[in-house]
This record gives sequence, C-alpha cells and structure tokens, in this order.
Amino acid sequence: MKAAAFAYARATSVVNALELLAVHGDKAKVLSGGQSLMPAMNLRLLSPDVVIDICDLAELRGIVVKGNVLVIGALTRHVDLQRSADVATYAPLLRDAIVHVAHPAIRNRGTIGGSLAHADPASELPACMVTLDATIVVRGPGGERRIAATEFFKGIYETALSPDELLVAVELPIAPAGSTCFFQEFARRHGDYAIVGLAAQAVVKDGTFANLRLGFFAVGDRPLLAAVAGKLIDVFVTPASLAEAAAALVEELDPHEDQQGSPAMRRHLAKVLLLRCVAALLARPELDTGAAG
Amino acid sequence: MIAPMSVSLLVNGEPVDAFVLPRLNLADFLRENLKLTGTHVGCEHGVCGACTVRISGEIVRSCLTLAVQTQGASVETIEGLSDSGEIADLQAAFRERNALQCGYCTPGMLMTAQDLLKQSPTPDREAIREHLSGNYCRCTGYQAIIDAVEATAKARAGRSS
Ligand SMILES: Cc1cc2nc3c(=O)[nH]c(=O)nc-3n(C[C@H](O)[C@H](O)[C@H](O)COP(=O)(O)OP(=O)(O)OC[C@H]3O[C@@H](n4cnc5c(N)ncnc54)[C@H](O)[C@@H]3O)c2cc1C
Ligand code: FES
Ligand code: FES
Repeated sequence: MKAAAFAYARATSVVNALELLAVHGDKAKVLSGGQSLMPAMNLRLLSPDVVIDICDLAELRGIVVKGNVLVIGALTRHVDLQRSADVATYAPLLRDAIVHVAHPAIRNRGTIGGSLAHADPASELPACMVTLDATIVVRGPGGERRIAATEFFKGIYETALSPDELLVAVELPIAPAGSTCFFQEFARRHGDYAIVGLAAQAVVKDGTFANLRLGFFAVGDRPLLAAVAGKLIDVFVTPASLAEAAAALVEELDPHEDQQGSPAMRRHLAKVLLLRCVAALLARPELDTGAAG
Repeated sequence: MIAPMSVSLLVNGEPVDAFVLPRLNLADFLRENLKLTGTHVGCEHGVCGACTVRISGEIVRSCLTLAVQTQGASVETIEGLSDSGEIADLQAAFRERNALQCGYCTPGMLMTAQDLLKQSPTPDREAIREHLSGNYCRCTGYQAIIDAVEATAKARAGRSS
C-alpha cells in the first residue's frame, strides 16, 4: 500500500524542529532514517498530517569520545556504527550487535535515534543501551532531559519521549578495561528481528564475575536488564548454581506469543542464551551443557 | 506542503526536475514519472528488496524513501548500472547459471550483489548470503544466485591480479 497524504517539512535546525513539533504536536511525526516510519505509513498503521524530516541536522550526526563517555548523535546511521573504530574500541557490544540489525540497504538509512525512539521490543539497540547503562539525551520546549536507558523504554513502541521532544544523542560509559561482551540472538534469517536475544557485558576477575549485565530482548514488552545476573556476581559459578539462575530467569520474563514462537519456546531460548553467555564469558565451555531444561 | 513540491536530482547521471507530492515514494517516482520500470515494487515495506537503488553510491530501499528526500541527490537505478556496463559480467553470470527465473527480484539482487563486490572483492558464500539476506527470491532457491555472485567475484579477482 501507499502512504496517505501528508505535508512535508525539512527542519533546518534542532530549534526549528522543536518549533515545528510544538506547532503540530501529535499530528506530526519525526522522520529520521524512515526505515520504521515509512513501512508503518505505507501499511497505513500511521497517518501523520505532517512529517518533519530531520536529515539535514548535521549537529545530530557523529560519534565522539568525551572523557569516559562515548557520545553518539541521534542521526548516526547503523552503518556508521558498524564502521566506527571508536565503537569497536569503546563499545564492542554495539559493534557485535549492529550486524544483526536488518540488512545492508536498511542499515544505510536507519539511525540509532530512530531505533530507540521506535522501541520495538525485538530490536537489538534498545537492549544494548540498557546493558551498557546508557543515558538517552532528549530536547524539548523546556530544554534538555537526560534519561537512564533503564527508565526510557516503557512498553511496545512506547518510550519516555513526549510528542514535542526530539531524541538528540545517547551517551555510553566507555567499556571498562578488561571487560568482555557477548551478543547472540535467535532469528529466522540473518537480519530479521530476534525471536529472543541477549546483549551482555561483564568484567571477569580470577574466573568470577566482578560485574555482569544481561540485557534480554524479545522476552517482554521492553528490553529486560535481568536481575538474575546478581546471583552470578562474586561467586564461583557451578553447573548447579547456573541451573538455579536459569530457573530464576524464567520468572523474570513475560514473553509474547506470535507466529515466530510461543512464550514457552521464548523462555527456553532465553535459558539457552544464558548458559551460552556465561560459559563464553567465563571461558568454561563445560557450563554450556545444553541442559537448559 | 501537502501540495506538490519541487525536487531536483540526478538520475543515472542526468539532471531531473519535477513537482511531486510528498507522499510519492522514490520507487513510484522512478517507475511512474520517469518510466524507469527496472526498479520493481514487491512489498512496499522494506522487506523484499526488489526496489533497491543507489543513492550517493549506497544501496537503499526506494519504497522507504520519499521522492522529496532525494533533493540534490544522485540516484542510480538498474538501468544506469546496466547501460554503463558496470555489471555486465554479473548479469552474464546470472544468465549462465540460471540465477533468475521470473526476474522480479533480479534488479534488486544485482544492485545488492554489486554493492558487496565493491566493498569486499573476494567474499565467501556466507558473506554473500549475509549481504543478500534482505532480498527475497521466490523462484531460484538462492543457490544459483550465490553461485553467480561467487563466480563473478573470482573472475574479477583473476582479472585484477
Ligand atoms: C525489512 C526491515 C528489517 C528490519 N530489521 C530490524 C532488526 O532486525 N532489528 C532492528 O532493530 N531494526 C530493524 N529494522 C528497523 C531499522 O533498524 C530502523 O532503522 C529503526 O528501527 C528506525 O530507525 P530510523 O532512523 O529508520 O527511524 P524512522 O523510521 O525515521 O523513525 C522511527 C520512529 O522514531 C521516531 N523518531 C525517529 N528519530 C527520532 C528522534 N531523533 N527523536 C524523536 N523521535 C524520533 C519517528 O517519529 C518514528 O516514530 C528493520 C527495518 C526493515 C524495513
Ligand atoms: S518493495 Fe521495497 S523492499 Fe519490497
Ligand atoms: S527470479 Fe523470480 S523472484 Fe527471483
């Protein structure tokens, strides 16, 4: 299908974009890469009166290191993350995740700001933000707000952004020295949205986790920072304690049913990923016994 | 403006000026307004890849791009790549290996395969599969397409060494 008629405005600055949003309110939609907005408009799931294209706002594009944080502008495209040496060095989890986001032609247009504002619970980048303890920076008529990623995602396609605000950047603490990461997802086909996925970052000292953050996605209405990680920190992990953690993980998940899988299948796959992740990060293959139950 | 807007761009190297409605996507603009019907429209929501074109040298979905967004851009379609001879060898390899049957997916497959070969001259089959993962083919079963891309990569590598 084709999109319904709308008016098109190209914002000339962030201030101008905010003015346009203030005038049109929730009758307007921000257009970034268009890789989620245009499908929704073509399917007539969305019919905004006004589309505000922010593609010219060069101030929102780019990746810079500022002290201990990596700042990524909202308009930075998936392909820019994929090619960035700074991302590979300071946020290797993002480098590992980004190749699972859609396909090359879509990564050439899709942006990090668009992906986070869209907040599809099966998408990779929101989970990475939660795992990496990112801060989402948004600007509105009242000025700037800084929101912890763990507070930003509110539900399926729902975030803490209000219709008159623009997501401008994300700030990631740079990966601590000696940290390691793990990213895996189950998908029908490379580049499809995940059936279940896990984005994890850890610090391992003397064979135990000094820190561990487990961001699961497609297991509920928003990315989940699993509390069960706490059971695995500062203790020697045994097959028994890991099995206990896997059983506790299942209680935290609230997976949905769709054509790709049942809640029971998603719970099972999340356990499989937990075992693989812990075994890989601790470099103890014997922990991934395949007995996820 | 819900009313038509002016847009000026290059299409296959030729300047084009037009008045278009904001809702017109680039695929329809190319097909309906410019009669460049090599760009195919399958799904209109980014999933099938049949509408793949190049903007500023990079492959994109023309069904997810508005014509008005291409103001000042350089768009290349399958007609451009074909007429310039840039992909003559790839097209020949597709023909030789029966990598097309109905041909609906072929323009998008050629665009995407050429994009891979420009970035990575000697991809293995896994890398070819991954790069073409966003392009559906309902006829060939993909193996022949992978064969054709692999054969073209090898032939080009042989020529340049
Ligand atoms: C076939 C296909 C497969 C895909 N597969 C995946 C996948 O596996 N994983 C995945 O994560 N994604 C996938 N995507 C989506 C893709 O990653 C999109 O790029 C991304 O979700 C949205 O980014 P965008 O820049 O295109 O945003 P847009 O489509 O332009 O916008 C998306 C939404 O966010 C709002 N928005 C955008 N930018 C801002 C901003 N700066 N401030 C406030 N609001 C804003 C828009 O108003 C809109 O509501 C896929 C897309 C397609 C078409
Ligand atoms: S028509 Fe554009 S991807 Fe299918
Ligand atoms: S040849 Fe028919 S869809 Fe590919």
